[in-house]
Amino acid sequence: MALDSKIPQGEMDKKWEDYKAHVKLVNPANKRKLEVIVIGTGLAGASAAASLGEMGYKVKTFCFQDSPRRAHSIAAQGGINAAKNYQNDGDSVFRLFYDTVKGGDYRSREANVHRLAEVSAAIIDQCVAQGVPFAREYGGLLSNRSFGGVQVQRTFYAAGQTGQQLLLGAYSALERQVALGNITQYSRHEMLDIVMIDGKARGIIARNLITGELERHFGHAVLLCSGGYGNVFYLSTNAMGSNVTAAWKAHKHGAYFGNPCFTQIHPTCIPVSGDHQSKLTLMSESLRNDGRIWVPKVKDDNRKAKDIPEAERDYYLERRYPAFGNLVPRDVASRAAKERCDAGYGVGTTKMAVYLDFASAIKRYGKIEAGKPGNEQADEAGIIALGKEVVKEKYGNLFEMYEKITGENPYETPMRIYPAVHYTMGGLWVDYELQTSVNGLYALGEANFSDHGANRLGASALMQGLADGYFVIPYTLGNYLADDIRTETIPTTHPAFEASEKAVSDRINKLMSIGGTQSVESFHKRLGKIMWGKCGMARNAQGLQEAIQEIQELRKEFWSDLKIPGEINELNPELDKAGRVADFLELGELMCIDALHRNESCGGHFREESQTEEGEAKRDDSNFSFVSAWEYKGDSNWELHKEALEFEIVKPTQRSYK
Amino acid sequence: MEHYNMNLTLKVWKQKNSQSKGSFETYKVNDISSEMSFLEMFDVLNEQLVHDGKEPIAFDHDCREGICGACSMYIDGQPHGPWQQNTTCQLHMRAFKDGDTIVVEPWRSSAFPVIKDLIVDRTAFDRIIQAGGYISVNTGNAQDANNLPIKKQDADDAFSAAACIGCGACVAACKNGSAMLFVSAKVSQLALLPQGQPERETRVLNMVTQMDKEGFGNCTNTYACEAECPKGISVANIARMNKEYLKAGLNTKE
Repeated sequence: MALDSKIPQGEMDKKWEDYKAHVKLVNPANKRKLEVIVIGTGLAGASAAASLGEMGYKVKTFCFQDSPRRAHSIAAQGGINAAKNYQNDGDSVFRLFYDTVKGGDYRSREANVHRLAEVSAAIIDQCVAQGVPFAREYGGLLSNRSFGGVQVQRTFYAAGQTGQQLLLGAYSALERQVALGNITQYSRHEMLDIVMIDGKARGIIARNLITGELERHFGHAVLLCSGGYGNVFYLSTNAMGSNVTAAWKAHKHGAYFGNPCFTQIHPTCIPVSGDHQSKLTLMSESLRNDGRIWVPKVKDDNRKAKDIPEAERDYYLERRYPAFGNLVPRDVASRAAKERCDAGYGVGTTKMAVYLDFASAIKRYGKIEAGKPGNEQADEAGIIALGKEVVKEKYGNLFEMYEKITGENPYETPMRIYPAVHYTMGGLWVDYELQTSVNGLYALGEANFSDHGANRLGASALMQGLADGYFVIPYTLGNYLADDIRTETIPTTHPAFEASEKAVSDRINKLMSIGGTQSVESFHKRLGKIMWGKCGMARNAQGLQEAIQEIQELRKEFWSDLKIPGEINELNPELDKAGRVADFLELGELMCIDALHRNESCGGHFREESQTEEGEAKRDDSNFSFVSAWEYKGDSNWELHKEALEFEIVKPTQRSYK
Repeated sequence: MEHYNMNLTLKVWKQKNSQSKGSFETYKVNDISSEMSFLEMFDVLNEQLVHDGKEPIAFDHDCREGICGACSMYIDGQPHGPWQQNTTCQLHMRAFKDGDTIVVEPWRSSAFPVIKDLIVDRTAFDRIIQAGGYISVNTGNAQDANNLPIKKQDADDAFSAAACIGCGACVAACKNGSAMLFVSAKVSQLALLPQGQPERETRVLNMVTQMDKEGFGNCTNTYACEAECPKGISVANIARMNKEYLKAGLNTKE
């Protein structure tokens, strides 16, 4: 099938407006008859479900957690971008669009990114109207801060809990529609297959995770809002349950997978402390507004941070990238940390960490506070105390979290941080309408590939999830469903449902009957080690070829030696996890194939063979200016389709933050 | 921080499903690092159980960074264990020492029936939110965000209340199984904000009615909820809700 991205004609800044003006509509009486299934209840899923429910569609939501409010969007810390220009610092829709395309290292689709920038302001309005308590100034107006890769302050935030507040806003809108009878919500349910009828997605098979029963659900359309697949690396900042299963089932039914190798490694996470580690915890990028990153100037310096004098510290981001300093984009900051640690300058017991230091911010804020009337008496200790108060107000919960995990007080001693897997820019390929290459099957939020190219800028994931759910899908879904108003609800006794349920049931039985000796967890850990070592922050052809081989072998071992205790028809977390890891074992291979094929460096994808003399990522626009969309053709077999990227407005250049 | 290893005895509540009767089982875990989180210690135990052909212990957990509200263990008689303002997933093993015996139970409340082992059913919280924990504003109805200045103090107070993670520790801590802290946090957040005014009265009435219907107990001001809340939600919210409820009741026109 040829890839049609369905980008509307016309000027870049008129495309979305024109699209909306001419899109097909569904009248209210027909909306009532149309059923929509939403998988996942994070920012994208909850906002889409709520909006579609408000419009009058009959919606069903599914999440594996015990409540929609626990989706992992809840853990997003730093903020959400919007082109409001409230700070009068030169921001605009165009700037946000430009920064995002550049930040993505020219591997995203301009038209989608422009639309994202256009709707960004309305997201903030909507959230405030819902009662989301964003941070405010004393005058009562909204406050902003900066994030990496930009030179304006356009990030709205609620302390270090922005994702939580936005998700609770969307969740409350969702629950309101449940109360009004427009949405039926299924918690502790996991989607295990898409049901296809006449070439269209017409429903799902879901497993009730409490009873183990399989359920059939019909929908005129299915929306996958199931998040990213960072857990393929085992250790990531994702939640323990985050998985690729829904997207992977769609992929097997013909939905192409876009840019699977584009993974974001976040520069500031709490380092791994030992083999027991089950997940990694992010320290928000917002900390780089005030924290300075450094390592000792000499190798293997074992002194404590406070004993290393200023002159013997290497603030390597400020040294290498004077224009953006500590606020370079994530991919750049991560690689720079790896470079220093690999070269022997790392700190802490494992030497795989760098310092994120707040001492100068505390002093700077303290001096400002001391200059205010009433504080004139502050001596040096007083200034530090005042400064700590300011820092606490901005980042208090993050500092507490750091102390709980490490037992160290970051007000007194610098944080130790190291990059960790955080987000996946890749995902299901979608067109301008967010429809995958399967009719009637849509992907929203992190589950799709669309807006962030090869590197996502900070505070843009929340923006995209809510843009897709609140402001894009309500229009684009109508354009599809308008032609479907004569399709009656298909009974779930239809043979396609029967066949799909049987396939799901067979697979579960197969997993349970392996009867081997090794736990799911142990396989997942081994997969993670392969992925991190050979398809992580730096990749090369030889390593990727080895990884593909190793994953295939591991997959074989999984299917012959896996051990799952318990029964099928009961709550069985080991079984749930086995299904997810089985899918990761296939996805991992595709990621390596994609990384191997893309013989250039761009954004978070760093091929060692393709770098500049200074060690920066070197793109190859003449050969790789396209989206890789992989079609599943059977075991270990994929066909590559290319969507050429055309840049009408933002002309690709070598990205520079110097 | 000094690292050390420890051997522990765990007494954990095991219950096959909501119909069956549960009981405590005793387990031993060895060489647990003080750097592990409490749930990582459970991971070690569960790996050991799977290896020995036994069924692992079922427990709710997801984000493991103290924000999703899924984890819900009652550890040595305290929801989320011994640390203040902390979730189970953020509790680390340096809180314990070699040779300790640790007792782990699920949340205990008739409104939170046990589903399996340490997992309970907290869908009552969703239904309370459905009763009114929102502002009725459809997508696309909003004015420019800065057209509505909000006093910083009000915004900050609303945020403090909105920080609730819906874990249910307040209910588990309360001898009456009251959900007043959870409900009052949402009522307060929305009552403090100008956007919440149009539905201020119906909201509190409907949410409290639903809370009662779910079988949560009454508040007798022991403040155990505040003491155990991982996010430090203040009981001042309960006082505010009582006031809101009384006012709304008086203003209701039959």
